Amino acid sequence: MSDPQLITEESVAAAVDAALAAIAAAADSTALKQARSAHMAEGSPLANLNAALRSVPNDQKAAFGKLVGQARGRVNGAYAAAEERIVAAEDAARLAAETVDVTALPSRYRAGARHPLELLRERVEDIFTGMGWEIAEGPEVESEWFNFDALNFDADHPARAMQDTFFVEPPEAHLVMRTHTSPVQVRTMLDREVPIYVLAPGRVYRTDELDATHTPVFTQFEGLAVDKGLTMADLRGTLDHFVKSVFGDEAKIRLRPSFFPFTEPSAELDFWHPTFKGGARWIEWGGCGMIHPNVLRAAGIDPEIYSGFAFGMGVERGLMLRDGVQDMREMVEGDVRFSQQFGMVV
Amino acid sequence: MRVPLNWLAEYVDLEPGATPASVQEALVKVGLEEEDVHTFDLTGPIVVGEVLEFTPEEQSNGKTINWCRVRVAADGEIAADGGDAVHGIVCGAHNFRVGDKVVVTLPGAVLPGNFVIAPRKTYGHVSEGMMASARELGLGDEHDGIIVLSKYGIDAPVGTPALPLLGLDDSAVEVNVTPDRGYAFSVRGVAREYSHATGAAFRDPALAPAALEATGFSVEIRDDAPIRGVVGADAFTTRVVRGVDATRPTPPWLVARLSLAGVRSISLLVDITNYVMFELGQPIHGYDLDKVAGGLVVRRAEKGETLVTLDGTERKLHAEDLVIADDSGAIGLAGVMGGASTEISDTTTDVLIEAAHFSPVSIARTARRHKLPSEASKRFERGVDPRLGRAAAARVAELLVELAGGTIDSLGQTIAADEAPEAILLPAGYVSGLIGAEYTVAEETSALEEIGAEVTAVDGGLSVVRPTWRSDITDPCDLAEEIARIIGYDRIPSRLPVAPPGRGLTRTQRARRRVAQTLAAAGSTEVQSYPFVSAETNNLFGTADAAAGDVPAIKLANALDAREPFLRTSVLPGLIGVAKRNLARGLVDLSIYETGLVFRPEAGASLGYAGELPNGTVRPSDAELAALKAGIPPQPHHVGVLIVGNVTPKQPGLDAVPSGLIDALDAVRQVALAAGVEIRVEQGSHQILHPGRTAALYLGDTLVGYAGELLPSFAAESDLPRTVAVAEINLDAVLAGGTDIVDAQSIYTFMAATQDLSLTVPVEVPAAEVQAAVLEGAGELLEHIRLVDDYRGQGLAEGHKSLSFALRFRAADRTLTAAEASEAKLAGAALAGSRFGAAIRD
Repeated sequence: MSDPQLITEESVAAAVDAALAAIAAAADSTALKQARSAHMAEGSPLANLNAALRSVPNDQKAAFGKLVGQARGRVNGAYAAAEERIVAAEDAARLAAETVDVTALPSRYRAGARHPLELLRERVEDIFTGMGWEIAEGPEVESEWFNFDALNFDADHPARAMQDTFFVEPPEAHLVMRTHTSPVQVRTMLDREVPIYVLAPGRVYRTDELDATHTPVFTQFEGLAVDKGLTMADLRGTLDHFVKSVFGDEAKIRLRPSFFPFTEPSAELDFWHPTFKGGARWIEWGGCGMIHPNVLRAAGIDPEIYSGFAFGMGVERGLMLRDGVQDMREMVEGDVRFSQQFGMVV
Repeated sequence: MRVPLNWLAEYVDLEPGATPASVQEALVKVGLEEEDVHTFDLTGPIVVGEVLEFTPEEQSNGKTINWCRVRVAADGEIAADGGDAVHGIVCGAHNFRVGDKVVVTLPGAVLPGNFVIAPRKTYGHVSEGMMASARELGLGDEHDGIIVLSKYGIDAPVGTPALPLLGLDDSAVEVNVTPDRGYAFSVRGVAREYSHATGAAFRDPALAPAALEATGFSVEIRDDAPIRGVVGADAFTTRVVRGVDATRPTPPWLVARLSLAGVRSISLLVDITNYVMFELGQPIHGYDLDKVAGGLVVRRAEKGETLVTLDGTERKLHAEDLVIADDSGAIGLAGVMGGASTEISDTTTDVLIEAAHFSPVSIARTARRHKLPSEASKRFERGVDPRLGRAAAARVAELLVELAGGTIDSLGQTIAADEAPEAILLPAGYVSGLIGAEYTVAEETSALEEIGAEVTAVDGGLSVVRPTWRSDITDPCDLAEEIARIIGYDRIPSRLPVAPPGRGLTRTQRARRRVAQTLAAAGSTEVQSYPFVSAETNNLFGTADAAAGDVPAIKLANALDAREPFLRTSVLPGLIGVAKRNLARGLVDLSIYETGLVFRPEAGASLGYAGELPNGTVRPSDAELAALKAGIPPQPHHVGVLIVGNVTPKQPGLDAVPSGLIDALDAVRQVALAAGVEIRVEQGSHQILHPGRTAALYLGDTLVGYAGELLPSFAAESDLPRTVAVAEINLDAVLAGGTDIVDAQSIYTFMAATQDLSLTVPVEVPAAEVQAAVLEGAGELLEHIRLVDDYRGQGLAEGHKSLSFALRFRAADRTLTAAEASEAKLAGAALAGSRFGAAIRD
């Protein structure tokens, strides 16, 4: 097959035409591959013509070589172009075939949620730790001494009965479910060195039946500061800052005379916000005051040298005011839809 | 405390145009919080009418009605309802005569209970209104007939609006009186507070009546066992009024005031004693003098003594109860409730008035012991002005003369408590130093004098003698509150104190937050439940071993639900309750968790503090504090998770994935990750869990919890699906073992060699232990091992299983050859072989 006589312009043109026709006719990569093996691979007319170049006399080599070389160049060029076209078309077709309805895909993820009372409690903790305060804790089954006696509740005073206390059996053990987070005040003052700036959040208990506005188990947070020279102005400043942090700069507070055995002077904290449900108004949100000297004494702190303030508020009420929760029962029933509407955010 | 405004206005000038709301707004500024407003529910034309004539007409039902012509406006004028001056009215009552003035509710009037008066056809006539009884107007229970005004000594021209004549145009504000302010349980006290709030002039009703002295009635205070060192009574005034007519009706204005104050009218004599108590705050007891045998003795009850109180109950008295006795024995529970034997009645002619001052503690204990919170005990417990007795007794006597026709007798007795309270030194600058606002000495003095204190300037400050009605004031800080309150809390500036630098949350606090956050991020929903459970529940969930008997638990003395008097020892019962509630609401695919305290008293440990609690006004000794803390039961934080239904539901291209123990163990891993610890899982058993699907969870050698599926029989009894996966971990125990300092290892980057290894072992050998043996035997070249298959069945010897592991080897300093990796693998297999008889399966 190396007969140089075979190389003619006609034979080369025929081979090229056949190859170009086959390449042009290839609709996919398989047909293109077939065209390549029939017209460009070993044994194809064009390959044979190329092989025949070896036998061409030297004086004609240049001319024949050019003829065959140009022919192969044309075919190779056509092949490369066809390959690019077909690969692109096939890629496009595959992507088209892989299209899905992104709105109909399944999810292997399940969305969870925090309880909003916990989130709000953490938020409050963060505001105070940001001011340098620390978080203190105490037990929920508590000694009456910490819950009442050390807080200046006389055993026979009606203020003690006012607290609707759960008592633990036997009564002579003097244990109760803490009725407020205030016993943590006493524990903190006994355990830490002054100056003290702590926040004590936690669950507390009163013998109220569950209804839309009461629950026997609820969450309070208690603030306590003991230092030299603290005054009621410091209490007001702290509450001002706190309320603005949780409810925004438009929130305002008001102190109103009240009574708690463990603070003197005592005050109710009202606060005001323009976007309350039902319009801008003053709403009561907890009690506060200057720590009673008897309480400081019970904790071994000299009231002649130190003074302090304390405040206590309900997290449930905060959530009702802030996020418009209407019914206390929703917070305690555990219906997952309640937590899920908050997700991870309060 | 409810205060009728007209009554209040007798002792303090109300602002012009004062309304219940404006009065409440003033009172809240000085610490009396608003509660409610009470009015008589009456509107429309209600006027004085005169009966001109009436005709009795017998009806077919046997009843006789009166067809009356009643003048309701002056001749020639138009009546208040726009009608004629004379109305025709049908009346069923017969207690009136021609010429009587009566109360006519004209068409358009609305009576309590939304009873609308309109012209009405009845008994063959059109009745243009109604002649009203007291009860129909909301004025007590009297319904024996209509109101005839002359009986009450009231006369007014026809057509006069009747409500003001009867006191029915008044309204009362209700305020919350804090327990330190006993004196504010009176019109006198509230009037004083209103004066503080507004600066209006206050007229003390306790100063008004002339002191009237009487002697000759024997009263003896004989307290052999004072409580906490305080004698049961320190003041006791008695007065006698003779010749009263107990059957006279109580004047409507008095009934109206008592009614607004929240007290029902009983009889004239009782109404007068109540009236004076509400007016002055001094509880009064009235005796029928004829029924009292001899003089009175105030003493503690004798052993076995009983007393029938006014409510008809026979009470066994306690040796601590303070009683009033006569020659016959106890005739009253002092300061709490009188006795039946000397009760005043319609036949009483001579009244013995008692106005005493009893020890608050003694009264509080007796009222609580007998579950008898009365208006009297409420006041005594909170502190009554000990000097009030004489004025109050005189006021009662005056009203008995005026309203019941009695005559004041010279018989009586006064035991007075006249010594002034001890002076308190208010150091100069103290108030400003505590409140943070500036107060001048003049301001302090004036504020204290306003509340009734006597103030004297002394070296270093002010010497203050509190008013006798303010037993709550004992310390300079009490005076500071009074000054701040009278001047107004608005004076207090706002200043943010700077705390010393804090250290943020503790490691444990941060870890607890991470646990909660991680579980939520992994798809679980946080819930909260009450910790109240039954003994049976605690015995099921509080211990793994059913044979362990009663789980030590805390029992409440006054549980809300008698079926659940115990505190939880596990968080799972609460989660199960929450799950049931959600399932009942159609929420069937659940993953929920709760973190909270459980209450785990130790078996045999004594609970609480033995003996009397330490004094609360001084720091207890270290030993006492240690004992107080030791008596408090352990209350660790637990986290519980419950998963039921599908993890993911059926979706396009994805079958539903049902939940089970797998998911409970994943929750355990999430907790471990968040806590920064490794929790080891072992085959375990727990009485409430599926015996084949229970994992015991260990941190080192400490058992920290369980994961498993609820026992199917328990799930069925509880109306739960058969598969409910749960896990519970003692977070305190887990966090006690963790650290947030990681010992970081270098990350090697030479090429890894991966190999597989299949081992046959007896089925009872836990995969985790085989894996641990391979890991240990293969040495440090084995970087990672993962169980990929647990095969049982064909091709294996009976009782065996095949465990396949994927192994990844890597060296720190070179690329490993296949031969090195194989050698390490075989070493691992060999150790598993020697421990468990594991053989390599080809």
